[in-house]
Amino acid sequence: MGDLWAGLSEAFRLLVTLDSDLVEITLRSLQVTLTALAIGSAIALPLAAFLAVRRFRWRRSVIAVLNALMGLPPVVVGLAVYVLLSRSGPFGVLGLLFTPSAMIIAQVIIIVPLIASVAHQSLRDLWSEYHDLLISMNVTQSQKIRTLLWDARRALLTASLAGFGRAIGEVGAIMIVGGNIEHATRVLTTAIALETGRGDFALALGLGFVLIGLAITVNLCIHWLGRTEQEGRW
Amino acid sequence: MILFPLTVRGAQTTRRGKVLVGPVDLDLAGVGATVVMGPNGSGKTTLLRLLHGAARLTHGRIDWACTQAEAHSAQAFVFQRPVMLRRSVLENLTYPLRLCGTSRSVAQFMAEDWAARVGLDAMLDRPATVLSGGEQQKLALARAMIIEPQLLFLDEPTAALDGRATREVEAVLRAALASGTRLILSTHDLGQARRLADEVLFLLHGQVLEHSAARKFFEAPATLQARAFLRGDIVE
Repeated sequence: MGDLWAGLSEAFRLLVTLDSDLVEITLRSLQVTLTALAIGSAIALPLAAFLAVRRFRWRRSVIAVLNALMGLPPVVVGLAVYVLLSRSGPFGVLGLLFTPSAMIIAQVIIIVPLIASVAHQSLRDLWSEYHDLLISMNVTQSQKIRTLLWDARRALLTASLAGFGRAIGEVGAIMIVGGNIEHATRVLTTAIALETGRGDFALALGLGFVLIGLAITVNLCIHWLGRTEQEGRW
Repeated sequence: MILFPLTVRGAQTTRRGKVLVGPVDLDLAGVGATVVMGPNGSGKTTLLRLLHGAARLTHGRIDWACTQAEAHSAQAFVFQRPVMLRRSVLENLTYPLRLCGTSRSVAQFMAEDWAARVGLDAMLDRPATVLSGGEQQKLALARAMIIEPQLLFLDEPTAALDGRATREVEAVLRAALASGTRLILSTHDLGQARRLADEVLFLLHGQVLEHSAARKFFEAPATLQARAFLRGDIVE
């Protein structure tokens, strides 16, 4: 218990004094995760809508694989991205390894299946509701996708937030591809892992509480911006 | 573009080997209201969907005076259970217009006009999904009519509505008829059929048993089954 209290007071101290290292790694955490979230959503949401409206031969298999990939182990993703980006890898010339860009790439790979699967569930339901009407109105494939994405936006927000939750708390992959370099690729989760390893539990816990607070704050902000739970049923 | 005459020859739709409707032979001319009648399960909905192109034609031919694609874009369909887009009443009305490239301001103007015609002008900003059943059906009707279709299909449009809403819907339909819109609607409300029909298609087990002028059908139906149906007997 003592460690927990020490952690809480450490978190309080870090916040009140606006510790410059804390601010830096918090902002980096946010930058990496929000960028990954934006890119991931831009890929996953249209993909989910496409899978909902388009019937093709391997559709079921693609959805099953997507669902399975929700459980993709981050460490393995990190390893794969590392191999691809390392100097001798196919994308080595880009020099991305141990940069925030590499961390973003890894996080995008981790969250795309999650966002796409969750989004697909709700888009599929909406599509079964809209199917007859949109077919009757002669709607083109891309108009269908846009209609579904817009009308299911609240549910899609939930899907994206699930992706945010996974990305902000992720440590395995970004540790490998980012390298936890101070002032370069250190983020909240990797800092926590480091401080725990060094035995500075109070600092680690303090960072942990900041991380939790950050996740909750971002969720609340997005809910507030999206005005969920207001305006009728959707 | 001219849709009619519509010629249907041996049209059939099957699902999993079971014939839902057909084979149907039909010639429809370009004016008035055709009412499709028949007991539940006789294939009224499927016939409408087949003509609209929303059900798969597994055998036979359906020929319009123009191409199938042109014909489809000049049609609209009102479902028995209205499908509401999860948007406001106004956006439901502008949706089909915006699809075919009408400008925002024109679409808005037309939507307000149509909302007024079906008595929804006070609810333009309400989410469509919270409207009552009658209001939703009127909205669906306005949304179908707003693109000024030459042919409007209605699948039991007033089956779930009370008398007043039914009267309002029928008033809109009568106005549409007067302005030259072709109607094909299914109903098992005999009164509605008498009020609206110019000609009647009597359907049983997916077959067209009778196709005749409304007056003739109601006064002297040719088949035993139609006679029994009009008497109010259960027809199997």
